[in-house]
Amino acid sequence: MSVPTGTHQAGEPATDTARVSPPASPDPNTANAPNADAPGRSNGGERGRRSRSALLGALYAIPVPVLLVLLWDRGVAGAWLLPFGIQMEYLPAPYDVARRLVDLAFGGVIDDTYSGTLWEHLWASTRRVLQGFALAAAVAVPLGVVMGRSRTAFRLLEPTINLIRPIPVTAWAPLSLLIIGFGDQSTIFLVFLASVFAILLNTIAGVREVPERLVEAAAMLGTRPARTLYKVVLPAAVPSIIGGLRIALGLAWVILVVGETVGISTGLGALITQAREQSRTDLIVAVMIVIGLAGFLADRLLMLLVRLIAGRRPLIN
Amino acid sequence: MPDTLPTGAPRTTAAPATATAAAAGIEIDDLGKRYPGSAGYAMDGVTIDIARGEFVCVVGASGCGKSTLLRVLAGFETASKGTVRVGGAPVAGPGPDRAVVFQDYGLFPWLTVAENIAYGPKQARLPKATVRERTEAALHAVGLTRVERSFPHQLSGGMQQRVAIARVLANRPAVLLMDEPFGALDALTRSGMQAELQRIHREAGVTVVFVTHSIEEAVYLADRVVVMAGGSAHGNAGHVREIVPVGLPRERDTTSPEFNALKRRIDALVHQGNEVTAG
Repeated sequence: MSVPTGTHQAGEPATDTARVSPPASPDPNTANAPNADAPGRSNGGERGRRSRSALLGALYAIPVPVLLVLLWDRGVAGAWLLPFGIQMEYLPAPYDVARRLVDLAFGGVIDDTYSGTLWEHLWASTRRVLQGFALAAAVAVPLGVVMGRSRTAFRLLEPTINLIRPIPVTAWAPLSLLIIGFGDQSTIFLVFLASVFAILLNTIAGVREVPERLVEAAAMLGTRPARTLYKVVLPAAVPSIIGGLRIALGLAWVILVVGETVGISTGLGALITQAREQSRTDLIVAVMIVIGLAGFLADRLLMLLVRLIAGRRPLIN
Repeated sequence: MPDTLPTGAPRTTAAPATATAAAAGIEIDDLGKRYPGSAGYAMDGVTIDIARGEFVCVVGASGCGKSTLLRVLAGFETASKGTVRVGGAPVAGPGPDRAVVFQDYGLFPWLTVAENIAYGPKQARLPKATVRERTEAALHAVGLTRVERSFPHQLSGGMQQRVAIARVLANRPAVLLMDEPFGALDALTRSGMQAELQRIHREAGVTVVFVTHSIEEAVYLADRVVVMAGGSAHGNAGHVREIVPVGLPRERDTTSPEFNALKRRIDALVHQGNEVTAG
């Protein structure tokens, strides 16, 4: 019986600076916001040093994506043949993708059925991600706390969970269409499945790692046993739980493309499917970029939310 | 309020706030502990009567059961035989009347210093004003007012241990159980904390059971030193070898011949018999 700490370590998102994603215009304000200390505590010098280092981080982030875009452009123009049989002549040029992206968002450039529809699709997907993710968190956090504290609950549930977990969510997709039917519910279910295990396993690991010393301290300070879970175990496990939530939110966006493939007309996954059917590579790449950005922003917003709630409290690993 | 304290201590307001604990005596009678799955007793036949407000140190080689004794007193472990009574009532599980100070502090990392200290009184559902009052008093008592909004990880080991002491003082315990509380501190911090603990003990009048590796620390702090011996390494259960009254006046001079004579005597008691089993 192995303690499922694997996801806890390996899947942990990298540090903030490393996650400045290539296509994001490195606005020093948004890049810096989550790192900013509580206002009023940090003095001017500290603040200056922080924003300077954020600026430096942004500067370092720029060259690689610029180089990639240049290579992409040259590759398409020169019809390069790359390993895996990638024929670059079939790729859209960066300029075409940029045009499509602008048109998708605001219209007025290409003027076809896709013009200006981005927000509708993005909102449909965001709603599904949020619903599935919230449901997963609502189930996995309490269940994880119970499984982390109770040996009986762990022994009862762990084998089953680890049997179901390796089934790829993509394999659930055809079945969920048949047993749930076309529409939102089936996608939300897949998002739920994609995120629930990451949250569950991280919560269990976090709860199991709560030092027994803290439980003893709580007991001798007069904490009633029924409240120990809520007063000590849960807060002590919060950093792990947040780690699980971050991984889960990332996975939720990953599953969209599969979850919105069939029988759904709105959503980024549906958009990509339509584009593939019409061989619109510029649209495919544009939507890919949007999904990447959406996942990135979702993670940043989650961390911002956590920092707003936590304040100076050391709740994040 | 006119202060008449001699040693320029600005923490005088602490005195009334921490002094009201109703100290309790501890009666330990033929106490034994056997851990589940182990063949013999980790500790057996321990009988000690500790008076109200007394300061007792427990010394002994590793594995002699001194930490086990403390954990049973705290209620973290149940006794396998014998009884423990605190203030006449038998011990059943941990409780706020028996405060514990751990070597590794055991502070709640997500709470500020002040919140850590207020935790106990809040669990007791005391009125808000009382909670604040007690927190303030405890902060003063250990000189932590300046860092009340810091988090434990921002403090040095000595400071964290002060927070741990303040946290239990705020609960007005009858008994203070300390498990090598200064063992992880550097020598200078350690002697400062010892002096401070003596002052707190005097002011709060609380009964203290203090487990330590350091014989010097025991002789410096204790009214009586309990020397424990044995343990599974010696093929028997940990037990009390002797209880040595210190009897030196307070503000003890660690360099005096009397102090050192006592230290040597206890040292001999601690190490007596160890060579026999080793050979």
